[in-house]
Amino acid sequence: MSASEVFQGRIRSPFYERMAALDTTNTWHNWKGYTTPDELYCGETEYFAIRNATGVFDITPMTKYRIKGRDALHYINRLVTRDMEKIKPGRVAYAVWCDDQGQVLDDGTIFHLREGEYRLCSQERHFDWLMANAIGFDVTVTEETDAVAGLAVQGPTSYSVLKNMGIRGLDELKVFGLMHVEFEGAELMVSRTGFTGDLGYELWIEPGRAEALWDALFAAGKLHGIRAIGVHALEMARVEAGYLAAYREFLPAKATVRTGRTRSPLELGLEWLVDFSKPNFNGRRALAEEKRRGSTWRLVKLDIAGNKIAHSSYIFDDASASKKNIGFVTSAEWSPVCKQNVALGSVRMPHGAVGSTVWVEIYYQREMHWSRAMAKATVVDKPFWFPPRRSATPPGPY
Amino acid sequence: MTETYDAIVVGGGHNGLICSALLARAGKRVLLLEANGQVGGAAITREFADGFTVSACAHLLYQLQPSVRKELKLKPKLAADDMATIALAEDGNHLRIEGLAVDGVSDADASSYREFHKRMARFAKLLNTFLNRTPPRLGNKSFADLATLARLGFDVRRLGKHEMQEFLRLIGMNVHDEVSERFENPLLKGAISLDAVLGTHLGPRSPNTIMTYLYRLAGDFGRIAAPSGGMGSVSEELAHIARESGVTIRTGMPVKRIIVDNGRVTGVETSGGERFDSYTVVSNADPKRTLLDLVGAQHMEARFTHRVHHLRSRGNAAKLHLALDGLPEVAGLSERDLAARLVIAPDEHYVERAFNPAKYGQSSPEPVVELTFPSVRDDTLAPAGKHVMSAVVQYAPYDRKGGWTDTARAEFEAATLRVIERYMPGIVARITASELLTPRDIEEQFHITGGHWHHGELTLDQFFFVRPVCGAAQYRMPVDGLYLCGAGAHPGGGVSGAAGRNAARAILKREKAA
Repeated sequence: MSASEVFQGRIRSPFYERMAALDTTNTWHNWKGYTTPDELYCGETEYFAIRNATGVFDITPMTKYRIKGRDALHYINRLVTRDMEKIKPGRVAYAVWCDDQGQVLDDGTIFHLREGEYRLCSQERHFDWLMANAIGFDVTVTEETDAVAGLAVQGPTSYSVLKNMGIRGLDELKVFGLMHVEFEGAELMVSRTGFTGDLGYELWIEPGRAEALWDALFAAGKLHGIRAIGVHALEMARVEAGYLAAYREFLPAKATVRTGRTRSPLELGLEWLVDFSKPNFNGRRALAEEKRRGSTWRLVKLDIAGNKIAHSSYIFDDASASKKNIGFVTSAEWSPVCKQNVALGSVRMPHGAVGSTVWVEIYYQREMHWSRAMAKATVVDKPFWFPPRRSATPPGPY
Repeated sequence: MTETYDAIVVGGGHNGLICSALLARAGKRVLLLEANGQVGGAAITREFADGFTVSACAHLLYQLQPSVRKELKLKPKLAADDMATIALAEDGNHLRIEGLAVDGVSDADASSYREFHKRMARFAKLLNTFLNRTPPRLGNKSFADLATLARLGFDVRRLGKHEMQEFLRLIGMNVHDEVSERFENPLLKGAISLDAVLGTHLGPRSPNTIMTYLYRLAGDFGRIAAPSGGMGSVSEELAHIARESGVTIRTGMPVKRIIVDNGRVTGVETSGGERFDSYTVVSNADPKRTLLDLVGAQHMEARFTHRVHHLRSRGNAAKLHLALDGLPEVAGLSERDLAARLVIAPDEHYVERAFNPAKYGQSSPEPVVELTFPSVRDDTLAPAGKHVMSAVVQYAPYDRKGGWTDTARAEFEAATLRVIERYMPGIVARITASELLTPRDIEEQFHITGGHWHHGELTLDQFFFVRPVCGAAQYRMPVDGLYLCGAGAHPGGGVSGAAGRNAARAILKREKAA
């Protein structure tokens, strides 16, 4: 920034110029200090790029920390609920971390870059918490959000695009695997990760090489339907995949004031991420106690009748006059690819067991006037969108 | 082959000795490991110069809990009891405080003091009931905790409406405001201020210095005694009681780590590599040393270790010992008066001014001093005709800027002697040897993090419900089988024994419940 410029308050990612060149709607918002597109031409079209071709999303604003040192593994193992001993170098783990009360602070991905060296990626900033966790451990924690440019390359043709770009080794790269390759003399990290529940990759590179990477990627993807996308499209894919979002499915515990507004991993369907065989991790005692006594909330995936979207709906146990309010919807949408009216929600135990029926109260507006409908919904187990190609190794060409 | 015990007590301070004795009396097989060559922790007597011995840290006995005396049938042999306090004046018009009476002040001050002391004694008695109980947990539905809480509320209410209001008003207040409202004599104000801040990182204008004053009075209403043979004799008697009760005491055995396996303690390892097994480990060491060094942060949750890490435990009280070839002659004092407790705190502002540099990591150029000549009443401490002086000198901040180098130590000792010489002309010429213990030395020699008397500052945010930290105020630490029994636990330091006794009771109660 030159001295004569006035700082506008939002950081431009190294991909900004490339995205701005494609932008036709001029709808941008603030994502952790970065200016980020809602959509670049049409949210729905961009969504279909994810599901039918390749969507490219700038993930530079994702909070990133580098964690290394002699005790890095022990440190992370105490930080998160899952067993990190099993995550070898070259692997990535989805993880959730809690406060001492066992309430979720955030979820994110942890990349085991090299022996004893990790990158933690998350929605929220956690430097204070990570530093508090570092007391008594031989680790260094470095905030590197600005130092690493990231692109999510997601969709059925993403494998072909990257292969076309000349990246080798993709055939062996499994889901939640990562590898380092060379890109024009710089180190490019490729991980088979993403937020869309589909075949996809994330590319990580130093900011100076960001534009060159973008250009190479788009040149290679031209015949594979590659498109840059905004947050709207990603959000649609996220809900179909049944992934959680902070401030939607849970509130980071440090952001709450009222008691009972936080969620534990057990209440978010993440028990598979909680390894009680670890002798100690943040929240272990509280979670063990919760497991003994039973949880208060349960995260549900809902397949809702009809086509009216259940935005912020209350959830009831039945539709009779004596119906009981048992919870609420946290994310909802019409899923174009599943052709289903889907939602994620939070309901009180013991309601919401898989296969059970609940009712959602949907308010909808037609030409100014509001109407209300009670829609029957089934609690489902699996993500709404979970194609085999997501985990096929090697992925097939499309 | 490792030895197995029902309980291992780490550290043989007076609290460790008391706790181990009470556990042994309940039928436990108890091992006590002390790092130093003699038990007693900071309550020991030792030789600091050829033929001169002195209480190395704590030198006056005023807080020993009656409950501890009774339960252990502890009867310390005293060289002096009911000691007077004499606030020294440069001009020889000293002030003498003995129980309710003050000599050398106006009638108004004398009657004001009587009233003040009566009220403080009443409050101290109330506080003392708190000190002898395990603090209840808040936001908890346990009947025992609620009952304790209700009892506390009832005890406070029983003071009567007016006195309850006074108690609640005063408990968080600073001592400076109270003494300057109440008294006119500067020496009196200075002496009370000094009592309120001894052993802390607080000045008379710091919050809750009324509470620290009450804490001083709590054990025995401010009655001060000097054990014969120095403070070490109390520890020796306690060690004797512990051994009689069946405790195995081993000295010269510094514990290197407390072994944790799968979330519970399983024993300890000494720096010599010996291991002892037990599912109950009770630490008399301070909370930071116990939790962060001996156990290790990886065995606890992060917010908890973060709180422990931030415990304020930086000592400010130095100890100065002088070997003298004779007693000083002090205008206005007889030789018998030198057996009293003498304080140098000419007024309340002087005390605050002495504290000021400590806030910025510097020692006081004009320190406040509490001094005694124990050899006047106890001829075992010095060769015939010679004497020792034992003084607590403030403020000497633990983390002195530039460190406690030889020059810094010499400077502080010289500043202290300048002040003492002003009140006792000729004393410096009589010095044949001296020993200065800064909080750094106390940390090193007595293994107390920060060299703080109380193992953790005695302030409302580190007191009672939240001592040492939130989530560990009931002697039980968040590692199964690990307990604290030292000054860092509720209620705090001083040779009082409350922490050791309460901890033993909490452990036994816990075992009964399990």
